[in-house]
Amino acid sequence: MADKVLMKGNEAIAEAAIKAGCRHYFGYPITPQTEIAAYMAKRMPKIGGTFLQAESEIAAINMVYGVAGAGFRVMTSSSSPGVSLKQEGISYIAGADLPALIVNVQRGGPGLGGIQPSQSDYFQATKGGGHGDYHLIVLAPASVQEMADLTIKAFDLSDKYRVPAMLLADGTMGQMMEPVALPDVDVAEIEKPWAVRGTKNARKHNIVNSLYLKPDELEKTNFERYERYRQIEENEVMYESFMMEDAEYCVVAFGIAARISKNAVLAARNQGIKVGLIRPITLWPFPTEVIAKAADQVKGFVSVELSMGQMIEDVRLASSCKKPVLLCNRTGGMIPTPEEVLAKISELADNT
Amino acid sequence: MQGLTYKRVSIFCGHYGSGKTNIAVNYALRMKADGIPTKIADLDIVNPYFRTKDSAEELEAAGIPLISPAFANSNVDLPALPQELYSLVQRTDHHAVLDVGGDDRGAYALGRYAPYILEENDYDMFCVVNFFRPLTKTAEEAYAVMQEVSQAAGLPFTAIINNSNLGPHTTLADVAATEREVCRLSEMAAIPVRMTTVHRPLISADTDTPYFPIDLQKKYFDIVE
Repeated sequence: MADKVLMKGNEAIAEAAIKAGCRHYFGYPITPQTEIAAYMAKRMPKIGGTFLQAESEIAAINMVYGVAGAGFRVMTSSSSPGVSLKQEGISYIAGADLPALIVNVQRGGPGLGGIQPSQSDYFQATKGGGHGDYHLIVLAPASVQEMADLTIKAFDLSDKYRVPAMLLADGTMGQMMEPVALPDVDVAEIEKPWAVRGTKNARKHNIVNSLYLKPDELEKTNFERYERYRQIEENEVMYESFMMEDAEYCVVAFGIAARISKNAVLAARNQGIKVGLIRPITLWPFPTEVIAKAADQVKGFVSVELSMGQMIEDVRLASSCKKPVLLCNRTGGMIPTPEEVLAKISELADNT
Repeated sequence: MQGLTYKRVSIFCGHYGSGKTNIAVNYALRMKADGIPTKIADLDIVNPYFRTKDSAEELEAAGIPLISPAFANSNVDLPALPQELYSLVQRTDHHAVLDVGGDDRGAYALGRYAPYILEENDYDMFCVVNFFRPLTKTAEEAYAVMQEVSQAAGLPFTAIINNSNLGPHTTLADVAATEREVCRLSEMAAIPVRMTTVHRPLISADTDTPYFPIDLQKKYFDIVE
């Protein structure tokens, strides 16, 4: 039998997390990511792990805070309204410099919104979300295989920099089924000398906390953390470049929007329009330099999003507004068709 | 493949993501093409994302009435079944195809109709299995799910459908590789394997195929190769 399995995106996240050594999952069910919790509920007891359905999203994220403080790989998952509830805890985790994985399988908003796919939590994920000066490492998968691969990557990056990571998917990615080869992960034992695991009377006790009584100490901590953010921006940017070599126009899209856009790019090429695609895989750090370079090459950009236009602001910033950036979007759970994206590419080509 | 004999009620159950909806739709279309008046019902109140209703146009074009939850394919995640469903099990002038939700959680919805189905006693209850799914990779795992589903539904399974696949890129060799597991499952459960499905393009040239050809629903976000 082939070593591939047919998985839902949500299942791929769960199994990949287990492969990455995560043995602690806390969550509260919400469509369209409930399969993550259901899968963990089935698997964790069989491998000596913890699955706990918390009484609320707020409780779940604080359980994550606790296990992260003890230095173990830990995750929670939810969908948009549930991730909003978690924001206080996420800010505390960031403020205490703890590694953890938060998965957001986005649905339409604001408010209770709907259960259909969306990318309208881009601002929340990439600009902080909770209070205070902080960032999450934000990874955006565009296939079920990437749901697995980037889950593992997120744990690694989070441990490496002591920065919480977010996997930002959407309802379509969570529900679609594709073959996946689950990699065997060599989970290296990462030294976590800061973890709260008992001193055995052999050392001074560690403190995990985000409260600073002296403002100068808090400022110093924030400066130090931003130095780590700078390193992440320098070393960890990930993106896919598709047909950009000779491109005169550039589509920027992530996740499900990128898959649709790829089909539109190919259709446009068939019509003789030289267009390419840049797909940010890390949404934070955003592939700023790649977009900046593209701005010197192409006549204009199209930002394709399942939102009212959020990433478009980063495309404009990265390109220093050198070239026009058009928006092709659907929202509220609707998905743009390749034809809609193609029409927007044609509009850009006709006007530049 | 050879002609099929149809029971008055055909029920499709199994692990979630095993392909129940797709097979139920293909089976109903085949039944209708064989000249039998057919209705299909969506009993899946567990997963609001993939449903029989996605094939509504195709079913309508074929003259197969679809009974689905009132809020299917909307933002209302309301697990309620329409009352017309009783007509499918109580009136015998049509053949009925029932597409049930995944796992035991999905199968509970079938329980309220089980007494009528058992009383009429002219039904097939198929266990759809895909050995490429991560939680049903072996006969033992599939059998465990089967027992949970059967208990929740209040109905015993009558046959197995081997729907082992890896999506659109499945090869015949992939399917053949699952033959041994499905035979073991058949022995364990003491029920026959009714059919093995294969994506139609793989066997379109072969009129003598032992496989049941199925069409997959094309999604516009499928990656262009």
